[in-house]
Amino acid sequence: MNLEEYLASPVCAKPEGPEDRIVMSSRVRLARNLRDHAFPTWAKQKGRIESLQLIRPAVESLPKLDSAFSAGMEELATVDKQILVERHLISREHAAKKAGSGVVFVEDESICVMINEEDHLRMQAILPGLQVQEAWKVVDELDTQLEEKLEFAATTELGYLTACPTNLGTAIRVSAMLHLPGLVLAEQINQIITSVQKLGLAVRGLYGEGTEALGNVFQVSNQRTLGESEAEITERLGKVLRQIIENEENARATLLEDKPHTVYNHIGRAYGILANAHIIASKETMNLLSLLRLGVDLGMFKGLDRGVIDELFLITQPAHLQKQHTDKLDAEERDVRRAEMLRTRLRKIERPRIPKNK
Amino acid sequence: MLCNVCNENEATVHLTQIVGEKLQKVDLCEGCSKEKGIGDPTGYSLADMLLGLGATEEADEISPDLKCPACKYTQADFKKSGRFGCPECYTVFSEGLESMLKSMHKGLKHVGKTPRTVIAQDSSRKLEKLKAQLDQAVEEENFEEAARLRDEINSLESVPVEDSKA
Repeated sequence: MNLEEYLASPVCAKPEGPEDRIVMSSRVRLARNLRDHAFPTWAKQKGRIESLQLIRPAVESLPKLDSAFSAGMEELATVDKQILVERHLISREHAAKKAGSGVVFVEDESICVMINEEDHLRMQAILPGLQVQEAWKVVDELDTQLEEKLEFAATTELGYLTACPTNLGTAIRVSAMLHLPGLVLAEQINQIITSVQKLGLAVRGLYGEGTEALGNVFQVSNQRTLGESEAEITERLGKVLRQIIENEENARATLLEDKPHTVYNHIGRAYGILANAHIIASKETMNLLSLLRLGVDLGMFKGLDRGVIDELFLITQPAHLQKQHTDKLDAEERDVRRAEMLRTRLRKIERPRIPKNK
Repeated sequence: MLCNVCNENEATVHLTQIVGEKLQKVDLCEGCSKEKGIGDPTGYSLADMLLGLGATEEADEISPDLKCPACKYTQADFKKSGRFGCPECYTVFSEGLESMLKSMHKGLKHVGKTPRTVIAQDSSRKLEKLKAQLDQAVEEENFEEAARLRDEINSLESVPVEDSKA
């Protein structure tokens, strides 16, 4: 099976979802382990290959995964693994795995199963916009079907047994990727992060680089998995997310009211650089694309779609950029090619205008 | 200052975090900090590591040489990685587990989805136990207790398995 076929069109030219101005995607991940098998990180390679041979056919036989991409990690090139990381399909740790680990995902990337990462199974559903409940339903169904084929390690007292006790119980991780430029510009983001953390939830950057998240993208997720049902966890996170959405909307409205020129200035400059730069690093690109996305939300760009920005967000990242060129690029060359791509893609986009109703 | 993890090399990475009202400090050498994923921000969670460390120190006092018969994992291995070796380890290392779980989670008892087979096994174990108690009560002519046990058995037997899935 050819990975390229599956990855030809970036997910981001994807169906829209509720609240997708602010919520880029919702994800639910479940961890499962086989009874009577050592966890993958402790098992010897022989043991991992054995459990992979049990799990992979079971996963591939699920109705929703019957035409899925499926591969052992040793079959994938480094750049392809990196692309899967950039698309949030596998973890960085999983990208480093070789024989004895595998990945199975569907073409629209809404379902992905990592086999023998830290746990025997890590299955996730990702949906666009705010759809945590729906994502839970998708992954719950998969899990129920798998339960018929594999014997999972669990007890009524402790729930699903996981390699790390922090995942014990429901072994669920519910998360959403949020675009919060308003809260960042209004300097309210730290306050939000602190109060969200007080509720026992985690806030991380796009790829976890501390509070100064790249491209103003933040990931909010549950941390506790024991003592609360999947439904309770999902519902609580949903409530918090709706609260954050409201805060972000308010921050944007206040900014436009109090400092419209500052906001237009940020967006105009972002456009200016992205559309005209000849050398640009990935970090700067993401931060400026975030402002462009805000501009689209505010109605400042004619003929520019949020989907296009989200696509650029992805295809300007290192592995995606490398994949479009046959020769091996070093970081400097990537910065040149990235700028080239951005200039081309933004050539026909008119300069931002101040929205009419302001 | 020596590294808290290996106790061998000089600690060069110092981490501080406030958990609840307690200040926790960890000192690591370069090798161990790399192993713990510090420097790779995605793979690293201070809480994870601290909880793992703190909890095993406690468990250590109880049973330093404990080894999982199923996978040969030891307390020392857990101390190093904060992760268990196999599902059986949760039974083997159950002492000290509770205080660690308390600091990580909302409760200590699982609430939510459980595999059907596990629920079935669990209730059949419970039934066996109750039936044995019933026999004994009858033998001792403790009829009040026997009646109570009979009712409990009846109610357990009449619950369809699916209903116990929250």
